[in-house]
Amino acid sequence: MKAFLRDRKVRDIFWQVMATIALVAVVVFFVKNASDNMVKAGIASGFNFLWRDSGIEVPFNITGYKPSDTIWALLWTGIVNTLLVSAASVVLATVVGFTVGLMRLSHNWLLSTLAAVYIEFVRNIPLLFFVLFWYFGVLAALPTPKESFDFLGVIFLNRRGLSIPTPNDASGFHVALLASLVLIGVQIGLARWAKARQARTGQDFPVWSAGFVLCGALPLAFFVWAGVLTSWDLPVLRGFNYRGGFVLVPEFVALFMALSTYTAGFIAEVVRGGIQSVRQGQIDAARALGLTPGRVVRLVVNPQAMPVIIPPITSQYLNLIKNSSFGAAIAYPEIVAVFMGSALVATGQAIEIIAITLGIYLTIGLAVSVFMNWYNARHRLVTR
Amino acid sequence: MKTAAPPLPGWLAVLRQRLFATWLDTVVSLLCLYVVWRVSVPLMQWLLIEANWNGTSRDDCTSSGACWVFIRARFAQFMYGLYPVPERWRVDLLGLLAVFAGAALSWRGLPRRQEIMVATVLILPPLGIWLLYGGFGLKIVETREWGGLMLTLFLAIYAGLIAVPLGILLALGRRSRLPLIRFASIVFIEFWRGVPIITVIFLASLLLPLIMPTGFNVDRLARAVIGLAFVIAAYMAEAVRGGLQALPEGQTEAAQALGLGYWRVTRLIVLPQALRISLPAMTNEFIALFKNTTLVLIVSIFDLLGIAQAALADPAWVGMNMEAYVFAGAIYWFACFGLSQWSRSREKRLQIAHGR
Repeated sequence: MKAFLRDRKVRDIFWQVMATIALVAVVVFFVKNASDNMVKAGIASGFNFLWRDSGIEVPFNITGYKPSDTIWALLWTGIVNTLLVSAASVVLATVVGFTVGLMRLSHNWLLSTLAAVYIEFVRNIPLLFFVLFWYFGVLAALPTPKESFDFLGVIFLNRRGLSIPTPNDASGFHVALLASLVLIGVQIGLARWAKARQARTGQDFPVWSAGFVLCGALPLAFFVWAGVLTSWDLPVLRGFNYRGGFVLVPEFVALFMALSTYTAGFIAEVVRGGIQSVRQGQIDAARALGLTPGRVVRLVVNPQAMPVIIPPITSQYLNLIKNSSFGAAIAYPEIVAVFMGSALVATGQAIEIIAITLGIYLTIGLAVSVFMNWYNARHRLVTR
Repeated sequence: MKTAAPPLPGWLAVLRQRLFATWLDTVVSLLCLYVVWRVSVPLMQWLLIEANWNGTSRDDCTSSGACWVFIRARFAQFMYGLYPVPERWRVDLLGLLAVFAGAALSWRGLPRRQEIMVATVLILPPLGIWLLYGGFGLKIVETREWGGLMLTLFLAIYAGLIAVPLGILLALGRRSRLPLIRFASIVFIEFWRGVPIITVIFLASLLLPLIMPTGFNVDRLARAVIGLAFVIAAYMAEAVRGGLQALPEGQTEAAQALGLGYWRVTRLIVLPQALRISLPAMTNEFIALFKNTTLVLIVSIFDLLGIAQAALADPAWVGMNMEAYVFAGAIYWFACFGLSQWSRSREKRLQIAHGR
């Protein structure tokens, strides 16, 4: 009997059974309370409320949503707004983050100190502070529409937001986009062919110059051409406000600026760490082989730094997407504000709405981490 | 042919090497200097030179700089929120006790340091709640009257006090031999890490009353503390896991060979070493927690940032946005920067101690 009680397998099973019972008991307790409380409050559970009319105004949407649409359409508008501000912020955060990270590594003392000041400033202050600061501090101090900041007479910045022109006919841009995608495909094929040829014959091909033309200059030319051909809906001052074009509301601008400058500080540190992880000997050896500075970076530093940089940067992107929920604090209509806020107040379906909202974020997170695992597996440095 | 330039005096040579080595460097340095000058001069003028320091009302702010009179007039509110004035000594007393305990414990020569540390952790938090909330002879101060910096510190410290032990347990659970416990820990950790903190604070304030028995009321502030603590516990767990993984397997095996059971191996051998390794990561998580306490603004609990935000609505002090933000922001910055510097210096000292 004593030996039986001392047996490791028996004890393992015993503890797991105990843990399961405890967990199940807690969950049952909570669920029972919840259903009791809901019966008392007269709330019917279920997801039928999604097809009800919402009646909720959303001041900023690109989905064409109207208050007479369903709550499902409202949720979709929130998702689109979240993704919109996240995508825009990811781009700016990456550009600023890489720039500041490289500045931090500069031999120029002044430049690297400036970068350090930026990083330490941004990383040690709450994001909510930046969101409120941009919204109530900076954008509220902007001039009235009549005295707007005027960029080339087509873009106007005032306290009602940023008015930008929109094309009346977008089909030219669709053609340009399609052409650019084809060109990127051509570039990928070209790069493969050049690599194979170099391996076979040793002959070099200027892949990067070709890429600059195929993926940079030509698509740009297409877009400019499409922009010239189509007519534009320009913002014009009528009375007290600008009409025409598209207005990026101040909430969007404030959240976008706060998210991108904040995340840039973290990306800069990741970039610095990644590049510093390449040992100096590698760079010295590459130089000794007579590689040009550009090739040292491209062939020696980048392939070793990028696998170190990409995973933490991906998690910074994920953080950024999650942090876009800070928009709720300034009523930017993203998922949390329109769904967990307005829709919940309107319907009272707390549990369903919370479950859907959390599910969306978890799905986004899962998708990003699946991508990250795939990338890691592909780009793992092959070492001996 | 170029002739060698005559050697420069020491500091000039350093300056030249660091700022003006090549013509490109010179251009960059000059550009930087220009930016610094353009930013810092107006900033200093607004912050210090042209600022208004003395007075009692908005009319005393006559010069063009910042109106620090506003901060002076509101200072007590920024610190205590709406905590009743005659009871504020309780907050001060608790703060003094905490500072004293912290100072005593950071002194390495303290006799029986470990026992005193355990006693402090066990006694001070309940004592703090009694002092702040009241009861047992003290006047009760409802949590909705708490606010300002005091509330920020309360949120961070109490959520941290729940999060650290919970995080350690979760990290151990994630590395457990038992598949069910491992699975439950992974689900818990990944769930809370996967959702934005703002939704968790919403969730805590909406769901906690719903899943408790009818009539059992969870305090609004307690809900926020629990929500924050769960999320940070999940992040803490990952920080601790890093330390656990860094520990050589031989440590556990040697301890087991000596006949120690799981909990003794964990308590005496594994955790003391693993926690030391993961302390920098845990400090980072605590800094993140400290920054995220600001989110309680969403459920109308007024911490330091919330009080600053609320003060902007006062008609007697219209247009004090910048002053309020700069003051609140500076406090957050000094707290977080100080913590991260402390953690870095500790890390360095440990590396030296290990001869690395």
